[in-house]
Amino acid sequence: MRIAVYLPLLLSLLAPLVARPLSERCEPRLATWLLTVSTAVLAAASTVSLGLLAVTGLIRIPLLADLGHWSAHAAQRDDPAEPAIALVAGLLLGFAMLAASRVLWRRARSLAAAARQAACMPTPDGLVVVDDDTPDAFALPGLPGRVVVSTGMLHALEEGEHDILLAHERAHLTAHHYLFVAFAGLGAAANPLLRPLARAVGYTVERWADERAAVVTGDRARVARTLGKAALAGHHTPDRTRAPGLALGILGHRSPLKGAGPVPRRVAALLAPPLRRHPGLILATAALLTVAAGATAEAGHDLHLLLEFIGA
Amino acid sequence: MGADAHGQGTKRANGEREAEILNLLQQADGALTPGEVAERLGGKPTYSTVVTILTRMYAKQLLTRSPRGRAYAYTPVTDDPGFAARRMRTVLEGRPDREAVLARFADGLSDADADLLRQLLGSDPQHGR
Repeated sequence: MRIAVYLPLLLSLLAPLVARPLSERCEPRLATWLLTVSTAVLAAASTVSLGLLAVTGLIRIPLLADLGHWSAHAAQRDDPAEPAIALVAGLLLGFAMLAASRVLWRRARSLAAAARQAACMPTPDGLVVVDDDTPDAFALPGLPGRVVVSTGMLHALEEGEHDILLAHERAHLTAHHYLFVAFAGLGAAANPLLRPLARAVGYTVERWADERAAVVTGDRARVARTLGKAALAGHHTPDRTRAPGLALGILGHRSPLKGAGPVPRRVAALLAPPLRRHPGLILATAALLTVAAGATAEAGHDLHLLLEFIGA
Repeated sequence: MGADAHGQGTKRANGEREAEILNLLQQADGALTPGEVAERLGGKPTYSTVVTILTRMYAKQLLTRSPRGRAYAYTPVTDDPGFAARRMRTVLEGRPDREAVLARFADGLSDADADLLRQLLGSDPQHGR
């Protein structure tokens, strides 16, 4: 228990190292699953760890020890964690629970509001066109959801590109991407160290929908151009290809995509060859999660033994 | 700064009044004139305020109107999906996590992203110029 209980927390520190290769080098559908499951498992394991540490503090309190028929004295002697650590763990656990329930409540209400609004939009094919010159398009989750597109966006794209846009947004709805994003967000609320994983899920669901659109229309480069066109249509600055930044070669260094926003990264990924399933990454993620889950189980078992021992 | 905060407060109050009036018109049996709306609201906003709000909502295409006597009678636009979409935006705009709920096709670009995007697409061999 002395080491195992801290392992899930330590492994959470690896989140940025896991998030980047999974989102950049793994096929997006698999990457989304791996990232979401990793967030859920690490969040659960680290929360349980905090709980176990807090319990070791609680059984030192004579009143509570009496309630459980444990010996507070024996607990103080055999306790694997310092009281200060138990206290900090208890506080962190409280914050984690509070933050997670807040995020859960808020997201559940937003999704319910979205579903209510979607149900109010009469449409035969799930598509709602809004008369608005600002280019905009999004998927509104619901049962069933709706794809909302502004006339400005329709005008900015050509006919074949409309199909790409629709295929992308419909992929979000049919694969329930909002649920992956919600679960990952919940995990990151419970354990803020996991935020890089949740952010990566937000990116990989977009990549997943891009690749779906590419399958439907059969042309990845065309999806890339459509995406770029739509993004630039909504961007209100003049063409700055001769901007000083470019003249000075600021964007010309080896990897201009480093630090770039999601849209250029998605376009670059679509222009590059399709990504594979990358067995190495699957194995590494599985190993990480097995260690985290195993360590939690081990720590839980140890605490159980400790309680039995001091309870005699 | 004080003026700023005041302006925002007024704006929010107007939004609430619009929602209140919309609700009233949706529950009414038929079209209502500004006088009838003011009466049903219990005279809280004055008659002229009600006229202003109804005119603004008509301009936003949230309401239709037909002349009745010397005034117009207003009804909400309901069977139009465009109206539903506008109302949806009003409902979801107040939510802090709406961006996570609505999956946008192309998020807002930074200026650097826009430049990078033009570069990427310009170098695409199939782009043709």
